[in-house]
Amino acid sequence: MTSPAPAGTLAGQVPAGPLIEARGLVKRFGGFTAVDGIDVSVAAGEAFGFLGPNGAGKSSTMRMVGCVSPPSAGTLRILGLDPVHDGSAIRARLGVVPQRDTLDEELTVRENVVVYARYFGLSRAQSRAKADELLEFAQLTERADDRVEPLSGGMKRRLTIARALVNDPDILLLDEPTTGLDPQARHVLWDRLFRLKRQGVTLVLTTHYMDEAEQLCDRLVVMDGGRIAAEGSPRELIRQYSTREVLELRLADGVAGSEPARVAELLARDARRTEVLPDRVLVYTDDADAAAAEAEQRGFAVVSALTRRSTLEDVFLHLTGRTLVD
Amino acid sequence: MGGATAGTASQRGSAAPARPPRPGLMAGRAFSFWLVNYRRNWFGSAISSFLAPVLFLASMGFGLGALVDAGPGGPAMGVAYVAFVAPGVLAATAMQTGVGESTFPVMAAVKWQRQYHAMLATPLTVVDVLLGHMAFIAVRILATAAVFLAVATLLGAVLSPWALLALPAALLCGLAHAAPVFAFSATQERDTGFMLLFRLVVTPLFLFSGTFFPARDLPPVLEQLAYATPLWHGVDLCRQLSLGTPEAGPAALHVAYLLLWFLGGLLVARRTLTRRLQR
Repeated sequence: MTSPAPAGTLAGQVPAGPLIEARGLVKRFGGFTAVDGIDVSVAAGEAFGFLGPNGAGKSSTMRMVGCVSPPSAGTLRILGLDPVHDGSAIRARLGVVPQRDTLDEELTVRENVVVYARYFGLSRAQSRAKADELLEFAQLTERADDRVEPLSGGMKRRLTIARALVNDPDILLLDEPTTGLDPQARHVLWDRLFRLKRQGVTLVLTTHYMDEAEQLCDRLVVMDGGRIAAEGSPRELIRQYSTREVLELRLADGVAGSEPARVAELLARDARRTEVLPDRVLVYTDDADAAAAEAEQRGFAVVSALTRRSTLEDVFLHLTGRTLVD
Repeated sequence: MGGATAGTASQRGSAAPARPPRPGLMAGRAFSFWLVNYRRNWFGSAISSFLAPVLFLASMGFGLGALVDAGPGGPAMGVAYVAFVAPGVLAATAMQTGVGESTFPVMAAVKWQRQYHAMLATPLTVVDVLLGHMAFIAVRILATAAVFLAVATLLGAVLSPWALLALPAALLCGLAHAAPVFAFSATQERDTGFMLLFRLVVTPLFLFSGTFFPARDLPPVLEQLAYATPLWHGVDLCRQLSLGTPEAGPAALHVAYLLLWFLGGLLVARRTLTRRLQR
């Protein structure tokens, strides 16, 4: 029998309920509604993602959770506290990795962490010790005394994450943590985030990279136009909004304008859904190989047939459309 | 490597800092950033903020002063011109330092280097951010004024020990300008507004607020306008002290008027900075 969960929400105690709870949360900027009544609940230890195209309202949501942007309507509780009245107390227990780095580029790597640790009330000695520990974690020890400005994008991002950990946060908020990084830098960063997750840090992140969401998130919501279009684990979302497999058929150049549509129509009988794109026909089915065989058997002018598993990207495009947002 | 942050999880809870202090009481944490920040460019800024007023004092006080003092009627104010003009330049320098420190650095912290945003991701509040930066601006004004006053004293341009009080007077004068300008800077999207501010506000203030000649020598309308400026009050206060002729009533009025600008400016700045940073 374990002792009952602490009821209070004083520093260091984690409330029994969800760490983040939003009900009908709205953010308006003048006449523009960025977040349009969302319900979200994040449990302790979870890695939770906000997925969506640009302008979906992800960052506005993150800023509200980060207690730097007061909600326009609805309720929001973080660590059981109200962000409008207890913003300072909540932020003392958050780690924030903003979309745009707020590193001081003129200062050294170490100074950036030490200065930041001082904001949380750590003593000079504590701050230095913490900086050494976190720079080791972020693989930046060798650059500790270099200025930040010439560092690579991946290094700056790791420094921002190291800095966000100075207060041993209960929740780490990451707004597009790997946007603009090269594949190597992204994988190093994911590795660090995995470690944090294993240590029990609650991660809340936004991304428009499907692989990132699949890699990191236990549960996610797909946002579109300020609303939540779907919610679940990556696997659940694929099961619910897509098929097990996808066949991508590329037809020969010069086939008649109506041909792709006819192909799609014929194959649709055995498929859950088909989609005609300018250069391809997509067939969403549970058996892509069978669909490919049928296409061949029917003698379509197929240049290439690719069979693959469904990904979150299929879900994402299905839910938020293929139109360019900006 | 793996052990580097093993403590992060195990210490969670026990290591979490206590509930943060009330807003405004964490301003010292923001202030300490500005000190760290100043270490990297203190030399250039210290030289320039000290050299300019000393050059002014030399050219106006001694160069122009020789003409003024030799003119018909002798020393116009009953004292050597350099003794008249030194406290004026002191107050005007305090103003310029205050304005300079609350324009570009504020915009940088909002837009370019974004240090304010970093601070607001921590327990610090907008009030802490504002007061912490203002405290640093106060240090800059005080340091510049102290060096100038010391040089003016060495050059014999200071006539009374009362001049020691001209130091806090200059500080108040600088802050009375810094706070409203800070409020203005927090609303600016580009730095073009600062050019207008310097050309249309700071320079006329510098020239016509009793710094180099008494405001009563201005045409009546401009004279009344000069009395409404905080700089004139700062100049007159510093001058009374430097010449050793302080009068309790007018001095108290000057202090009250400068405090009004400072505190009013802070209130507006809290509003504009909140709007800018916590939309």
